[in-house]
Amino acid sequence: MTTAMTDGFDLQTDVLVLGGGMAGAWAAIGARRAGAAVVLVEKGWVGTSGVTATAGPGHWWVPPADRPAAIARRLAQSGGLNQADWMQAILETTWDNLPTLADVYDFPRDDQGVPRYRALRGPEYMRALRRKMQALGVTIIDHAAAQGLLRHGDGSIGGARGLRVPSGAPWRVAAGAVVIATGGTAFRSHLLGAHNNTGDGYLMAVEAGAQLSGMEFTSVFCVAPARTTMTRTMSFAFATYYDADGAVLPIGGPDITRPLAQALRRGPVYADLSRTPADIRQRVPTISPNFMLPFHRWGIDPYQDRFPVTLYGEGTIRGIGGIAVETRDCATAVPALFVAGDAATRERVAGAISGGGNINSAWALSSGLWAGRGAARHAATVRRVDGGDPPPAPEPTSNPASGPASNLGGQRAEILAQVQRVMLSYDSGLWRDGATLRADLAGLNDAWQQLGQARGDIAGRELMAMLATARLSLTAALARRESRGIHQRLDYPETDPAQARRIRIGGLTHPVATPEPNPLELTA
Amino acid sequence: MIEFIAADTCNACQRCVEICPTAVFDATPAGPPRIARPESCQTCFMCELYCREDAIFVGPDAERIEGFDPETIRRAGLMGEMRRQHGWDEWQGDPRYPNDHWRMEQVFERARTLAAG
Repeated sequence: MTTAMTDGFDLQTDVLVLGGGMAGAWAAIGARRAGAAVVLVEKGWVGTSGVTATAGPGHWWVPPADRPAAIARRLAQSGGLNQADWMQAILETTWDNLPTLADVYDFPRDDQGVPRYRALRGPEYMRALRRKMQALGVTIIDHAAAQGLLRHGDGSIGGARGLRVPSGAPWRVAAGAVVIATGGTAFRSHLLGAHNNTGDGYLMAVEAGAQLSGMEFTSVFCVAPARTTMTRTMSFAFATYYDADGAVLPIGGPDITRPLAQALRRGPVYADLSRTPADIRQRVPTISPNFMLPFHRWGIDPYQDRFPVTLYGEGTIRGIGGIAVETRDCATAVPALFVAGDAATRERVAGAISGGGNINSAWALSSGLWAGRGAARHAATVRRVDGGDPPPAPEPTSNPASGPASNLGGQRAEILAQVQRVMLSYDSGLWRDGATLRADLAGLNDAWQQLGQARGDIAGRELMAMLATARLSLTAALARRESRGIHQRLDYPETDPAQARRIRIGGLTHPVATPEPNPLELTA
Repeated sequence: MIEFIAADTCNACQRCVEICPTAVFDATPAGPPRIARPESCQTCFMCELYCREDAIFVGPDAERIEGFDPETIRRAGLMGEMRRQHGWDEWQGDPRYPNDHWRMEQVFERARTLAAG
């Protein structure tokens, strides 16, 4: 077997994990612990690719005695749609499993000598997960982009196929079960580490007949120094914001997004970090080693100098929509297909507001372990049914890559710009209304028709995934005729108790939104 | 975006080719890797973290190459800052570069207290 960077390959395994960020790594660990042979393929490189590697995830980390109160607090603030039992389960799973990385991650001790497990630095965390997977015998293949699932005649999933990056050599893995852990998408907004996160898994899952859920909850934005990718927000807790004339802007408190977006609509906004206490300034580089890099390189002292800021959309990465989760082991509605992390909807734990870093990280870890274990168990039943023979040759669920790369380069750039205008602008995201949503969706549907002929290469497929995600998101946003959580509509400003139900969405040619039958009981 | 690989300090290990998540570099037989696809660079600084020779420099601007001068950057002590601050490789265990990430929640708590006060 070859894993040289540029070569194609053809493999068979029990469990195939698509995506090697935090959720994919935990899924591989969960599947190995359950005894399955595991292949993990990653578009970039496991350790540097994805939004965990470039940040520092804190996990939702609550001692057992404090959990009922923590869950009640979250239920009260999150606009419904989440469930206490799932929240309890991610708290338990995170608490039990994060310390199992102690052999590969050097957990720091606090001033009292107590090891601190909750928050890990991104590059160190992903390096640890890579080492853990290697120790457990996971076959890791980097630089392999998944392009589509393989499906048996009975509709169950039997593997995936794709192309090596950047060589384009084809690969194929037959598997007893597949875990999609390809992350969310921020539509290439410059959110740190998100370039590879183009929603590939959403597209593959919907092609295979799965539904998405919660795709209307995508309006999350993050402050950063303008033109940089440095979406590390800790130090902005001490920021003072100014308009172009130097007047201090009233932006502060727990939610800066809306006031900052309003100010940015009027003109450039500047910030300084002069209110940062001296002892914290000293520690910033050892808390977030990358945060000061842009300032040092540009010769800016952010504690004195004002610098321009911007807001980057975070799409479904900090938003909460994704592939619908049907069971506790994170199975989808498609047999042999499981899902973990930001590729999955996080409504069951986060509700209708962003899960932020904490809940999303606990979800990535937990859903990864559950999906990996579920996939391993499913693969074991497939083996028994087939008596050890290889499964019948699965068929691609979408048209296989064919022909040379499209010559529609300029058109592609226009389509990406259109997707970004719709999904990343403050007006479209933060202040929604039906007429604008319908017009935006019609425009994206036209783009979908144009793109139809141009999907035969990696970049074309990525664009197709972002465009599909945007269409599904707008369709869901139109279907939720109320304001709830991070989905706020100018034409329906109130929360409607009758709409306290999740909205499923599926289909690519004609996306269809289907609210779940029963309103969820509001626990709060 | 990726600015430069310093040819005089690069040891041609090609590690950056392997670890770059967006395939910016192409390997070369003996010399420094070629910056083959700068437009794919996501300005994540991971190549700097994995370069033991501190030979790679990424500019802060995510959309354009700014044209930083290697000699000026080196004299300013800006090569290898990411790797050093992370306590990576030979910097591991150096008391000047501990992993203080866990203190982030205390920082947020201080900010809330200051705002309330």
